[in-house]
Amino acid sequence: MSALEQLAKGLAAGKIKVVDLTETLSPEFPHISLPPEMGQAWPFRIEEVSHYDERGPAWYWNNFSCGEHTGTHFDAPIHWVSGKDLPNNAVDSIPPERFIGPAFVIDCSKQAAKDPDFLLTKRFLLDWEKRHERIAPRSWVLMRTDWSKKSADPVAYQNYDETGQHTPGPDTDAVRFLVEERDILGFGTESIGTDAGQAYHLRPPYPCHYYMHGAGRYGLQCLRNLDQLPATGAIVVAAPLKIRNGSGSPLRVLALMESK
Amino acid sequence: MAEDRQLREFTCDPKFRKVLVTDGKTGAGQSLVKALAAAGADLIWVGHSEPWKKFAGFDELKALPQVTLLPLDVTDSKNVREVAAEIGGKVDILVNNAEYHRAYGISNRSGVDTARAEMDVNYFGLLRLAQEFGPAMRGRGADGLASATAWVNLLSIYALANFPPHGTFSASKAAAHSLAQCLRAEMRPAGVRVINVFPGPLDDEWNQLLPPPKIAPAALANAVVKALREGVEDVYPGDVAQEWLARWRDNPKALEKELST
Repeated sequence: MSALEQLAKGLAAGKIKVVDLTETLSPEFPHISLPPEMGQAWPFRIEEVSHYDERGPAWYWNNFSCGEHTGTHFDAPIHWVSGKDLPNNAVDSIPPERFIGPAFVIDCSKQAAKDPDFLLTKRFLLDWEKRHERIAPRSWVLMRTDWSKKSADPVAYQNYDETGQHTPGPDTDAVRFLVEERDILGFGTESIGTDAGQAYHLRPPYPCHYYMHGAGRYGLQCLRNLDQLPATGAIVVAAPLKIRNGSGSPLRVLALMESK
Repeated sequence: MAEDRQLREFTCDPKFRKVLVTDGKTGAGQSLVKALAAAGADLIWVGHSEPWKKFAGFDELKALPQVTLLPLDVTDSKNVREVAAEIGGKVDILVNNAEYHRAYGISNRSGVDTARAEMDVNYFGLLRLAQEFGPAMRGRGADGLASATAWVNLLSIYALANFPPHGTFSASKAAAHSLAQCLRAEMRPAGVRVINVFPGPLDDEWNQLLPPPKIAPAALANAVVKALREGVEDVYPGDVAQEWLARWRDNPKALEKELST
């Protein structure tokens, strides 16, 4: 039996489970907001075209609008200045095989519960590897924080105070380690941003954006259900919309895993 | 006098009335809330968009016994519809002060995003509110002593003639002014007065580069309360607005030419 036949049979028999790692796109879902003097991403908005009514008797459909970086979304290297001149750096030109890869799920949920500004370090990753296995090249590293459990409460999810946003993320050394020593495909988080809320204070500012995209790697953010994934062994399917020269896009992120 | 039935019918006194102020995040919004509370409004709902960002003055507003804060974003049709469903049948006076304001005209800024945001809040925001709150307010135009009575729009004196240094903002206010005239026509048969307020530049962060005189938020708020009490339809508060109005009435073409130099 070929690998694909096995996959199809596994899916049909429920031996391979599909986990949806995606938040629902809605106007209520928290969106990124920059300081007011800067350009702003459009939040998700939706208007009914018709609803089996005088505007269209037999059909229901909507128009929606949003920025490329809305809801659960993909960041392409061209999103950041450090990746602007790389080849195949936009969502339409990234080779499609890069959209599928093994997932290594780093559980930081206890640490993030104690400290919303928790930074994932290289040391934490090395310890994780000792307990599990070495992070494989061309894989997705997903930072599980359980932050997505706050997503029904926009105030808690955004977690702003007078000093800005407080959400967990990786520190500079962790990002460089994953890119330079582990050659990963990309990094995913449960909060808004692959970087921590206070990452503009790090050097360089927003290290995950700077180094991941500078090395042609990708980002996934506003993920959910990472707590349902095994630490290793799942496969992530994350194909963004094919927007010409697009810097990212909302997308449906699926994980395939063997059920126990 | 405030309880005289006939006078209450002829005017829109906020006393004993329930009011929605659509944006409590701005200085003007907070001054409006305080002035309406001082004028005896029974209950004041205060909208705030992006509720995750606590704004300056939040605690002070929240401490007012009349005030109920609620998330309201006039760019979100679904949110406006839901808020109208919750409180639309109770609102006697709607004060739409939600505003998006950035400096510059056509050539000092690239792209249309800022201009679109101005239109989305200043024009489409009014349209969304009017579609969702208008019907219930029309239905309550003669609902006893505390009937639905007024709809206040915070426009700008730039709605009459474009102020090129704030050119796209002016255009959005002109669009809102035109729509407010349509709203006035639709609300009039029900006895709900539409009051359009045309201030000169407000003393706020988006007018920092303009020289004085600028109208203080408190002065604007007092002008709105006065207009409600007196039942006045069009209000031009402050020296700049009064001067522009006089020049505009005298010769709109001359005002346009003067503003273009």
